Amino acid sequence: MSLYRGGSGMVSYYLHRLTGVGVLLFLWLHIVDITLIGWGPKLFNELLFLYRHPFFRVLEVGLVAAVLYHALNGIRILVIDFWEGATEYHRQLFYAELILFALGFLPAAYLMLKPVVGRF
Amino acid sequence: MMPSPYGSRPKPSGGFELAAWLFMRVSGILLLGLALGHLAIMHLVNNVDVIDFQFVSKRYAGPFWRIYDLFLLLLALTHGMNGLRTVVDDFIQRPPLRVGIQMALYTLGFVLLILGSFTILTFRPEQFVNAAAGAP
Repeated sequence: MSLYRGGSGMVSYYLHRLTGVGVLLFLWLHIVDITLIGWGPKLFNELLFLYRHPFFRVLEVGLVAAVLYHALNGIRILVIDFWEGATEYHRQLFYAELILFALGFLPAAYLMLKPVVGRF
Repeated sequence: MMPSPYGSRPKPSGGFELAAWLFMRVSGILLLGLALGHLAIMHLVNNVDVIDFQFVSKRYAGPFWRIYDLFLLLLALTHGMNGLRTVVDDFIQRPPLRVGIQMALYTLGFVLLILGSFTILTFRPEQFVNAAAGAP
């Protein structure tokens, strides 16, 4: 593994992989927890304390950040792959992606953390 | 595999890898709606304080959300497992170890696919109606 010349291409590529693997790890856990619903309301509702714990609520915000970045960067990759002229503007596309990320993530994080603040 | 200077994976020339490359893009487009929609409904409109057994029971009373969730499960898991396959191919060079890890990942992916589909398709909240009566 060698680092090449870097720049926004490298940053976006490794962030894409990191967020992808992170979301996949959560998906594995999520499939297992939803499977437990087949054992009935008692077990399922009792285990929900895990997801309601403040620590998990903050991790949940991280999940939203990872999915949102992966989605926006995925759109950028699609534009680059299927529209030849886009490579000229690849850096501008990355900055546009970061702005869209901030516009989507900040309100979402606020809405998600509002009910948790004060419970720490 | 080195990324292009623009941060995308170079397009493979053919065969399975080209099909996988295309699959990632098509499933990615579908997941934009399915996964972001799921997050918005579950974490912005609702949140984990209101999601419980009753919530899922109501949601799964009709076929719509079951079909939605089934598509989300199938696409997200195959998209994610294929992504991890390319990551493992890049980072683990020794063939015996790499093949072993890939086999384990294929097995895990298959088991989770069966487990998740089975739950979505066979969940019947009615069967717990007596147990749920006392719950708030």
